[in-house]
Amino acid sequence: MQQFAAHLGGKALDLLRQLGGEWLLLRQIFKEIRRRPLYARLIVEQVYQIGIRSSVLVLITAASTGMVMALQFGMGLEKFGGKLYVPKIVSLSIVREIGPVFCSLMLAARVGAGIASEIGSMVVTQQIDAIRALGTSPVKKIVIPRVLGCIIALPLLTALGDLVGVAGGLLVGLHELNLDPGFYLEKILSTVTITDYMTGIGKTFFFAAFIGLTSCYFGLGVSSGTKGVGQATTKAVVASSIMILISDFFLTKLFFIFFEA
Amino acid sequence: MSDIIEVKHFKKRFGSKQVHKDVSFSVRRGECLALIGGSGAGKSVILRSLIGLERPDEGEIRIDGVEITKLRERDLLPVRRKVAYVFQNGALFDSMSVYENLAYPLREHTKLTEAEIRGRILGQLEEFGLSGNESVFPANLSGGMQKRVGLARAIIQQPDIVLYDEPTAGLDPYNTKRIQEMILALKAKGKTAIFVTHDMPSAFAVCDRVAMLLDGRIHAIGTREELEAAPGNRVSRFINGEEL
Repeated sequence: MQQFAAHLGGKALDLLRQLGGEWLLLRQIFKEIRRRPLYARLIVEQVYQIGIRSSVLVLITAASTGMVMALQFGMGLEKFGGKLYVPKIVSLSIVREIGPVFCSLMLAARVGAGIASEIGSMVVTQQIDAIRALGTSPVKKIVIPRVLGCIIALPLLTALGDLVGVAGGLLVGLHELNLDPGFYLEKILSTVTITDYMTGIGKTFFFAAFIGLTSCYFGLGVSSGTKGVGQATTKAVVASSIMILISDFFLTKLFFIFFEA
Repeated sequence: MSDIIEVKHFKKRFGSKQVHKDVSFSVRRGECLALIGGSGAGKSVILRSLIGLERPDEGEIRIDGVEITKLRERDLLPVRRKVAYVFQNGALFDSMSVYENLAYPLREHTKLTEAEIRGRILGQLEEFGLSGNESVFPANLSGGMQKRVGLARAIIQQPDIVLYDEPTAGLDPYNTKRIQEMILALKAKGKTAIFVTHDMPSAFAVCDRVAMLLDGRIHAIGTREELEAAPGNRVSRFINGEEL
């Protein structure tokens, strides 16, 4: 029991240390982002690395999710004569919830791991020290471009992913559930509002910041060689995924307060 | 000659271990000082502290009269332009070519045109026997070449002080000699240097004085003759490989 309590206490301390460290890193980002130069080329490069290079994974995930949801709801609701509700349910849940969260989790896995391991390797090979020794800031050269890259790329990917997910649902609705295409499209357009679409995408700005910040934090914290790089990579993915899932509830609640009031 | 580097009562603890108990020494302008000591004695920590990569728990470090231990990261910039650090393994940016590695500090801190930067880089590479490797990436260079590129990048801004962290470690005799020659050439140009090493022949070949770090303090400091003239002491036993 005592051991369990000590283990729990240790985990709580780790969490506090992580949140404190991320807060300090965020403060440094706000301080340094105002100073010139902004290194726009590095930001564009990161948007490409994060956005374009993740697009296939995100779009496949979105299409598959939309198709599976339409199939599951269609087969399930058919027993109760509720097949006609499939377009509404699928499109609304994709646009509001499933699309943003799944895209973010996919990005956390692919990009978060990449950022943490890249920065971790730079720490181990003293490249971060070299950046400082050469009179430049690792936060400005490494952290800010990656965090901004995530914040720019993820909402764009989600916007596209939502459309692909809804289209996937439509495809299954037509071919597997034998729904009329005009009916399906009409139901989507009459159900999903621009507010639904924008609140879903609005959440991804926060998710993207969590992914970028958490991955950079764990990457910069590597201290024990290549083993540390592996551990940092795992921690970055796990921590940013948990932050996405937990914050999703609060952000959804917040958006409901602002937009449904 | 005046002191350009002054370290006074430097103390640093790692966990429960007090690695530096009270380290004080100074380096004169244009002088090359070798800092020797056993593994884990804290030589590299002192070197890193001289450029603000680490901070002592207590003590003072003055670079050309400026106390740097309390400076913020941003305020360390003028110091870092004056002091170059040569990392043990070069610490080259592996996503950049040799040319881009050398261009990095020039693009960051000078207003040179691309043509001027190119001219300076090609000249530097030629001087270091690296011509023709501009577009090569660090992963495709040998260990010796990586160290030479690291040295070239460190001094391309023409600093007054160069800090070498084991620049000859792991090199064959040919590359060791080349690095020694480069350091001597820089010394001839009046650069001040601190040379952390376990390689005693190199230390004696390029340095004016040797300081030995032992038990968290500077145990002895002096010229080779002064240190060797004290038979039976720990410095000569360390130099002769008889004691750690």
